[in-house]
Amino acid sequence: MGQKVLLSEKEINIILHRLACQLLENHLDFKDTALVGIQPRGTFVAQRLTKILKEEYGVKHVDLGFLDITFYRDDFRRGEKPLEANKTKIDFLVEDRKVVFVDDVLYTGRSIRAALTAIQSFGRPSEIELLTLIDRRFSRHLPIQPNYRGRQVDAINEEKVKVHWRENEGEDVIYLINK
Amino acid sequence: MSELSVKHLLGIKYLNEKDIQLIFETADHFKEVINRSIKKVPSLRDITIANIFFENSTRTKLSFELAEKRLSADVINFSAGQSSVKKGETLIDTVNNILSMKVDMVVMRHPNPGAGIFLSKHVNASIVNAGDGAHEHPTQALLDSYSIREKLGDVSGKNVVIVGDILHSRVALSNIFALKLQGANVKVCGPKTLLPKYVESLGVEVETDLRKALNWCDVANMLRIQNERLDISYFPTTREYTQQFGVNKKLLDSLDKEIVIMHPGPINRGVEITTDVADSKQSIILNQVENGVAIRMAVIYLLASKIK
Repeated sequence: MGQKVLLSEKEINIILHRLACQLLENHLDFKDTALVGIQPRGTFVAQRLTKILKEEYGVKHVDLGFLDITFYRDDFRRGEKPLEANKTKIDFLVEDRKVVFVDDVLYTGRSIRAALTAIQSFGRPSEIELLTLIDRRFSRHLPIQPNYRGRQVDAINEEKVKVHWRENEGEDVIYLINK
Repeated sequence: MSELSVKHLLGIKYLNEKDIQLIFETADHFKEVINRSIKKVPSLRDITIANIFFENSTRTKLSFELAEKRLSADVINFSAGQSSVKKGETLIDTVNNILSMKVDMVVMRHPNPGAGIFLSKHVNASIVNAGDGAHEHPTQALLDSYSIREKLGDVSGKNVVIVGDILHSRVALSNIFALKLQGANVKVCGPKTLLPKYVESLGVEVETDLRKALNWCDVANMLRIQNERLDISYFPTTREYTQQFGVNKKLLDSLDKEIVIMHPGPINRGVEITTDVADSKQSIILNQVENGVAIRMAVIYLLASKIK
């Protein structure tokens, strides 16, 4: 099993700042917009973006939620083991508001499909966008594309993109792992 | 992720501590789901569940049906009273006929102890025991422990007394197994005639003085006097039972500490507990009912993930 560094801490930081700026460009003060991190790994990206928006771009308030999609997935009973659920924490209304889904890696698109169903339990957003740190090109099973993309990557199916965060794994780095 | 060690939920006796923790953690997520404005998830769209009740039930049946529907499973209901069982059909035939209609899981209540175990050996479906005679009622015990965990933070190390008809109670037996597995201290309390002879062999203590038992415990689980199972007189009169083993507000207030009151329902108000106790803030009876749905969703979800 080999692995190589796809993005270093510095590169991740630059990309996060660019994504934050792109979000600002479209959503300005975030009054009508909520960021929703997809559990489990999208939450780290969403938290980082929120921090940058508040601390460096002076956005006063960003509604930040976490959405667990486990019970909405279409591969229940297809894997070896049951899918592990995570906490959903959405303590604001999404009715008639813009929602930006935030995830770390966009691969088959099935998680986002599940998230589109799951968010309906919390109301009917006026608009849903997708932000993803890594977009694995040519591997989609569904017609889903990101509105904001950190880095596009060509990876074959046997490879895995693993995003490490300082708060979880002790370092900010993205690996391409050869299984 | 870890998975359940069993394919069926036949009794707490067949579970280990990890299974119980997994069920509780999964139930936490479902409890959040059933408190949303849209209380449903599509997980079990392709699963069909038959609820087969050979014995009367209100809340267990409703709770299971609701749990199944909240998970988007297809549900069929069957009550023995209005069925061909009356015409002499055997249990295996009845169930196999239902399974021929492509049913994946059977939730069964039956008056005979071991009915679920028997069925699990003879039919090809996941079986959930919703009460088999005086044997086990695993989901009730799980929701009871879950409610204790919710109220007191943990089950381990807590003192729990089960009061009433221990002899005929499947709730008592399943609760004893579940509580012991989680490291709680358990006492049983009731008239000697309604305590099984070798109940101590399950690792519980016997106490026939209700006041002593209540002063010792953190939680009192008050069982119903099951008149339908009392074939002979186990105590002179209901009035005498109430005097010795019924909990009223005065008794509760005279204790050294505030204890938690539980009851698996249906309550005989004025017999095992008085109305003011049942409706007091020490009582978590209605929380038990709410948690029942979350626990049953967790059990069904985890068992369904094993159906291939």
